[in-house]
Amino acid sequence: MLAAEGLDVAYGDFQVLWSAGIRVQEGEVVCLLGPNGAGKSTLMNTLSGLLKPRGGHVEFRGKRIDGVPPHEIVGEGLAHVLERRRLFPYLTVRENLLLGAHHPEARPRREESLRWVEGIFPFLTDRQKQLAHTLSGGQQQMVAIARGLMARPRCLMIDEPFLGLAPKVVQDIGAVIQQINREGITIVFIEQNVELALRLAHRGYVLESGRVILEGPSADLLQSNEVKRIFLGG
Amino acid sequence: MTAEILLQSVISGILMGFVYALIAAGLSLIFGLMEIVNFAHGEFLMLAMFGAFWGWALWSVDPLLSLPLTTLALFVLGVLTYKGIIRWILGGPMLAQIFATFGLAIFLRSAAQFLFGVDFRLIQNPWVQGRISLGGLFIGLPQLTASAAALAAFAGLYWFLRRTETGLALQATAQDRQAAALMGINTERMFALGWGIGSACVGVAGSLLAIFFYVFPDVGATFALLAYVTVALGGFGNVPATLLAGVIVGLVEVLGGMLIAPAFKYAIVFLLYLLVVLIRPQGLFGKF
Ligand SMILES: Nc1ncnc2c1ncn2[C@@H]1O[C@H](COP(=O)(O)OP(=O)(O)OP(=O)(O)O)[C@@H](O)[C@H]1O
Ligand SMILES: [Mg+2]
Repeated sequence: MLAAEGLDVAYGDFQVLWSAGIRVQEGEVVCLLGPNGAGKSTLMNTLSGLLKPRGGHVEFRGKRIDGVPPHEIVGEGLAHVLERRRLFPYLTVRENLLLGAHHPEARPRREESLRWVEGIFPFLTDRQKQLAHTLSGGQQQMVAIARGLMARPRCLMIDEPFLGLAPKVVQDIGAVIQQINREGITIVFIEQNVELALRLAHRGYVLESGRVILEGPSADLLQSNEVKRIFLGG
Repeated sequence: MTAEILLQSVISGILMGFVYALIAAGLSLIFGLMEIVNFAHGEFLMLAMFGAFWGWALWSVDPLLSLPLTTLALFVLGVLTYKGIIRWILGGPMLAQIFATFGLAIFLRSAAQFLFGVDFRLIQNPWVQGRISLGGLFIGLPQLTASAAALAAFAGLYWFLRRTETGLALQATAQDRQAAALMGINTERMFALGWGIGSACVGVAGSLLAIFFYVFPDVGATFALLAYVTVALGGFGNVPATLLAGVIVGLVEVLGGMLIAPAFKYAIVFLLYLLVVLIRPQGLFGKF
């Protein structure tokens, strides 16, 4: 469904990704692992079109999307929830959600989508008029995911959905990720906690210093000595 | 007697305040969108006033009649400024950004001096003139008209920003450009639109001011300075707050001029500006 190959990405002269790539099948949950600064966010931002790769290519559902601007990529069915939620802080929860369905493919189904995400996150119903920046961190993360879902994506990418959240909220969001995956949405997410990530994902990719150094089914990665070396310093 | 004069000044301060608010709203909108101060905003206002003036002088078209066309012309000027200049310097150094619009301001002012001369021009016999008296107070009809129309334009702008899909997209772009792009918003188009609307604000304001204010190449300077103060007062990028901020500036201007000395009226406005910048740099009302 989503395939990236040979991605070279740089900020100015500072190259961050070196021939990186991933492949995601329809219906999968895939996680991107790696230490701080490994280039996970950079990779995801390249897939959603926020960054243009210097080399390599990205295909989504059989279509080349590298070089396509981000506001068009979301219309193809690939949505992206940015690191640190990035809600529109001075707009209401409802306005944030509506904007999730701004693109022409999703807009006609907006009200229906709104009811759908309210079913997934019931607290949304009472918070419609609240300004986004006044929500708690966990609620903001849920609104961010809900906003991503409003785009009616076939594949949803989430950058560090669990960052800074209480254990209870981490569990809730993990359950939501599984639920929406069961509804047929392919998931790619970034997480630094190996155990947590691999419990949720079918497969994982490990990035280090801008290179994909390891990939495989979650069970294999959990056993891997390489993963232990990188993440547990063992 | 003194109470009457005071009341008279308060009214005229509020009336001018609405016009200042509209001018400042355009500046604030552009700033909120891309953190660029359009130093040519006053010159855009001057062009709008000249547009209104020449429409009257050459074809006897009243400024109120030519207002839609002048506004449209300013909208186009704003879009062209974005596409022709601003877009190319966005990633550039701060100084380049300042000098680009500053240079444009100087260019427009010199061009106006060259083409139209430095004379002060006044439109004679506009549609609305004279004054009405309200229990001993006199209110100039041109000022009243300009004020009411500026307020209406401001309300229209507010409605557009808060109640339309495009307005929402514009706000989203101002608050988080990358997140907005991921919503399917063409942020490049929003920038151009923001410059168009921001400039259209002075298209309206310029047409209205031309009814009762002298038109000359430097006329934008004073209004632009007042607009900077208004924007700072309301909070940079906070468009709705410029309404109250504009009224405050209008009041401080007339009351300062009356209670202290006319020559000092701008000095007092800038004193207010300095106080705000030092004590509440985020503006009185913070971020929108
Ligand atoms: N906008 C930028 N400009 C310049 N360098 C950047 C920029 N964003 C990221 N980098 C650099 O690129 C490298 C990879 O960053 P990236 O954010 O992709 O890492 P990450 O794996 O997501 O890390 P984290 O776990 O901290 O989120 C880092 O060295 C970072 O400093
Ligand atoms: Mg990251």
